Amino acid sequence: MPKFETVIVETDLLIVGGGMAACGAAVEAAHWAKANGLKVTLVDKAAIDRSGAVSQGLSAINQYVGLKDGANTIQNYVDYVRNDLMGVTREDLVADIARHVDSSVHLFEKWGLPIWKDEKGAYVHEGRWQLMINGESYKVVVAEAAKNALLKSGVGEIYERVFIVGPLMDGERCAGAIGFSVRENKVYVFKSKATLVAMGGAVHVFKPRSSGEGFGRAWYPPFNTGSSAYFTLKAGAEMTCQEVRFIPVRFKDAYGPVGAWFLLFKARATNAMGGNYMIERKDELLKWGPYARVKPVPANLRNYLGMLDIQEGKGPLNMRTEEAMAAISEQFKGDPKAYAKKLKELESEAWEDFLDMTISQALLWAGTNVQPEQKSSEIAPSEPLFIGSHSGASGAWVSGSEDLQTAETKSQYFWGYSQMSTVKGLFCAGDASGASSHKFSSGSHAEGRIAAKSAIKFVVENNNAPKLDQAVVDAQIVEMLKPLETFEQFQKGTSDPEVNPNYIKPRMFMLRLQKIMDEYAGGVSAQFSTNKPSLERALELLAFLKEDSEKLAAADANELMRCWENIHRMWQAEAHVHTVLFREETRWPGYYFRADTPKLDDEKWHVFANCRCDPKSGKWEVFTRPIIRVFEDKAKTAAV
Amino acid sequence: MPSYVLPDKCDGCKALDKTACQYICPNDLMALDKEKMKAFNRDPSLCWECYNCVKICPTQAVEVRGYADFVPLGASATPLRSTDSIMWTVKFRNGNLKRFKFPIRTTQEGVAEPTGGFKTHLDLNSTALSTEPEALGLPAVFTLKGDANA
Repeated sequence: MPKFETVIVETDLLIVGGGMAACGAAVEAAHWAKANGLKVTLVDKAAIDRSGAVSQGLSAINQYVGLKDGANTIQNYVDYVRNDLMGVTREDLVADIARHVDSSVHLFEKWGLPIWKDEKGAYVHEGRWQLMINGESYKVVVAEAAKNALLKSGVGEIYERVFIVGPLMDGERCAGAIGFSVRENKVYVFKSKATLVAMGGAVHVFKPRSSGEGFGRAWYPPFNTGSSAYFTLKAGAEMTCQEVRFIPVRFKDAYGPVGAWFLLFKARATNAMGGNYMIERKDELLKWGPYARVKPVPANLRNYLGMLDIQEGKGPLNMRTEEAMAAISEQFKGDPKAYAKKLKELESEAWEDFLDMTISQALLWAGTNVQPEQKSSEIAPSEPLFIGSHSGASGAWVSGSEDLQTAETKSQYFWGYSQMSTVKGLFCAGDASGASSHKFSSGSHAEGRIAAKSAIKFVVENNNAPKLDQAVVDAQIVEMLKPLETFEQFQKGTSDPEVNPNYIKPRMFMLRLQKIMDEYAGGVSAQFSTNKPSLERALELLAFLKEDSEKLAAADANELMRCWENIHRMWQAEAHVHTVLFREETRWPGYYFRADTPKLDDEKWHVFANCRCDPKSGKWEVFTRPIIRVFEDKAKTAAV
Repeated sequence: MPSYVLPDKCDGCKALDKTACQYICPNDLMALDKEKMKAFNRDPSLCWECYNCVKICPTQAVEVRGYADFVPLGASATPLRSTDSIMWTVKFRNGNLKRFKFPIRTTQEGVAEPTGGFKTHLDLNSTALSTEPEALGLPAVFTLKGDANA
């Protein structure tokens, strides 16, 4: 095994991750660090220009509240999010992001992101909260501001291609992070007074539909590997909404966006017989409490109605692009020239939607000669994903801002510093923080900014370097590099380095995890359905997997990263199964269905299901936290 | 493949300290065969087809062939990315071609000013982030306690 040099980096604020939330954090932290004579270090496992979920680009900004134009209020956004999540949301957190997100969007525009404008110079909306953009370089532009903020101000530094494995602790306080370079034989020990985690959600915990090359074509990126969840869990932080996974229904297989077709072109989705499940099954909605009676119908319920059609053999489901295009052409009846012009415009918009963010979908349409004005295209639910920034909600349980608390919420939702987890000095944003869904790219950036300002305040008020036990750090380094050691020790024992009784390679480890989750925890092949015995079986098999994680083997640094990414995924899986098991009801039927407790039970389960893994004993505990409304009384917030 | 390297065009970025595709791949898939001095995608089944390797390659040596387990052969999407726009050529299986050009940014590369030119302040205890309230376009940041402006 090659010898690894240990690099020690001491800093005030460590930002772990390089996506939208981390870039927001960098921009904000640089300002406050400079004012207070502090240092900020950002570490990313990839290259910040193109890392994270927006690395490919996006065709829309999904959260813009439009406060300056009086288009909406903070409460409007909170109401939208709470209802979409079937009543389970932290209103203080959602309101905090909503009150800051517009300034992130205005900054993006100044930095150079092209946002569509109408003739009057107003933003073009795709839907009530969504703005259309030419977003191929969205991440490049946002990363550029982050880099300029950290590097040009002289307060910061950036480490790329350093994979962070887990936290360093000083007792109950987070003291930094430990990782390794995937380019050089170097171990990195980052010692920090505050640590801000923004390493994204988790993909490939469940088995994807495609098993060949298309395995990598998850809707959310395959490089979101549960690192945020692992980091916060290992630090001993309380987690929330670990059961609230997300299943996007998108164009089948390539998972291209459907937003433009639904919202901009007003297309319908129908089953194979032409039936519209949103109409034919509207009575089904009545079973799901008050949430289904609100427009827009929650995403998971729309999913569910389509899933019922598929289960009854009425699939595949189709996006009726040809109908939508015909309806548009109808508007131009008698003016073929204007129609041709409009069609060209729409065609360009439809293709840009794919080319900006899911180029695979363009390839699939081109490979199957799709002409959307002639033929509809299949849509399908993807495998489950963990993404607290979208319509899922999983993440760490964090403190809200003091001025957004009521007398009732304050004792439950506030403990000193906005966005700080229950672990001192450990802050979370983007997919790393939970119960604040629908923040998307722009809200994640805004949340990163909120967290960074708060973390700098924490450093100013707790300006003492945490102490590290060198023996513990040394042991962590040995544990981190162990897969390389294991491979070297045993690889010559068999004729095929992939097959060896003494170790398991990360690929097979991941496939085993995915099979467990798929079959027992309600994946695609289980039709998103599970029950108590299945979940208990999942836990049994996960326990074997966890034991075998100590026998992971890696031939090189890249494979060492894959080993740890899959351990991270496994922890996300455990948190999920424990929490789904705990919540004895079905609340998000289009995300998962507890067949043994098939009904919504608002009386007992209108609560957060939170969990924690004791870092010392390794024991999981799952418990409830109350959902307390901030905006309940409209009269109280009349000024809003 | 999904992204694959044309050996005749790839020079292993020999003028640079590391290959461009290796530098940019968000999933650390692009690697360099140092003997052949050619880059390659070491695990196509973990490729997201984000095209960042294709867009960044200085010799146009990287292309994408759609995931063969669900995309019929014969299609391609080829980008040509400049400093302010991207041009796409989409070739269909039946030979049809479509071309699209989209803007990618409105400013010069490298100049993004972190404050966006908005006025900043130094009150660490306020609810306003560094460029607020000006960057919001509002007189003050929304709060439950004070004067609501939203």
